[in-house]
Amino acid sequence: MTAWHFFVEHRGEILSATLDHMGLVLIAMLIAIAISVPLGMFIVYHKTLRTLALGIASILQTIPSLALFGFLIPIPFIGGIGKRTAIVALVLYALLPILRNTYVGLTTIDPAILESAEAMGMTRRQILFRVRFPLALSVILAGIRTATILTIGVATIAAAIGAGGLGSFIFRGVALVNDALLLAGAIPAALLAILADFLLGRMERRLKVT
Amino acid sequence: MTKPETSSQQNSIDFRGVSFRVDETAGREIVSGVSLIVPHGKTLVLLGRSGSGKTTLLKLINGMLVPTEGEILVQQRSTRQWDPIRLRRTIGYVIQEAGLFPHFTVAENVGLVPTLENWPRKRIEARVKELLQLVGMEPTEFAHRRPRELSGGQRQRVGVARALAADPPILLMDEPFGALDPVTRSELQREFRSLARRLEKTIVFVTHDLREALLLASEIVLLQSGRVVASAPPDEFLQLEHPEVRSFAACLPFGTGEPA
Repeated sequence: MTAWHFFVEHRGEILSATLDHMGLVLIAMLIAIAISVPLGMFIVYHKTLRTLALGIASILQTIPSLALFGFLIPIPFIGGIGKRTAIVALVLYALLPILRNTYVGLTTIDPAILESAEAMGMTRRQILFRVRFPLALSVILAGIRTATILTIGVATIAAAIGAGGLGSFIFRGVALVNDALLLAGAIPAALLAILADFLLGRMERRLKVT
Repeated sequence: MTKPETSSQQNSIDFRGVSFRVDETAGREIVSGVSLIVPHGKTLVLLGRSGSGKTTLLKLINGMLVPTEGEILVQQRSTRQWDPIRLRRTIGYVIQEAGLFPHFTVAENVGLVPTLENWPRKRIEARVKELLQLVGMEPTEFAHRRPRELSGGQRQRVGVARALAADPPILLMDEPFGALDPVTRSELQREFRSLARRLEKTIVFVTHDLREALLLASEIVLLQSGRVVASAPPDEFLQLEHPEVRSFAACLPFGTGEPA
């Protein structure tokens, strides 16, 4: 049986695994954005917290993904086998690119613009929300794009701890030495990543203020 | 320039023995022992080379910097006592390249301070229109453009309109025409001179261009290494003997720098 026949025959399962995968990524990304963007805004004016937050986020990202799943499973409440643990791990992974880009975007604004904002009598808060944030949007979105692509990849590994998604095809394909099964997971996962990159890249260019 | 008995009411800005260091306890003084007065409605030009402390003096006026020694009275009140936000909204500020917000339209840029001050929308719209006309820009044509769609001269005009928006009694200008081509610069200087006289604003203007200083100033103050080394109205300035005055005068074309 060719891979193509396999895809046609199992299209329902492949589709539902793809949707599962997207759901996993979407939930993790929404949580990661909700944490990283406000935190990135907050650390613009808080030096100690900035060092701490960026430090922790970069350490989290250096942990190999399978090891991170391993660390999380024994932890009560957030751990165990299944989707919840996977989402926690994905969120931890996605933090750094978003946090770093938010901070960098907010702090690499043309000094002349910040100077005139201050001289006009804008408060720090007004400068943050009305000047820095809108001008940083495209850089923040670039971070979200990096994190999304990363998360789509790491989410395939989440199948190893029972989170479902496209990774389950890949792991079964490896175990059974079945190319068709392997590709049924790998191709949609790759397509998802390419599509996310394209769409978010377009949005990023649109938000860019020159 | 003003009668002594009325001067205390009429002085918009009053520097009293002002020194400034970046580090409070150590380091080089950027401004040393500056005392000067800007009477109401006059244009004081701070002239000097790069690094002479001109911009620092300007930032001391609107409280973006606080003096290490001495004090600056703005409308008879020390900048230390002013709420910095209030103080800055009382003072218009124009810098080179205008510092316009690229994500705002021309109208939003000009209406910035009135918006921060929560003026009603109708009043802001009317004010923006009035100001754009004042600086020679047709509101229907320019109000909805973004700064990147303007020429350098137009951006600078918008910068001036933005600084005037809430009708501040004082304007600070940091080489506002420095980045323009000579023809546009000369046009804007002339227009600005007549505008400044008409509006009776107190203006502190920073430049390293003696010709600009001679054209715009009621009084020229020459700075060197953070100190005031010479001060005179434009028609007397070129007669001063101070070596730094001579250095600046030597840059004028056609030998107008020679002592009369």
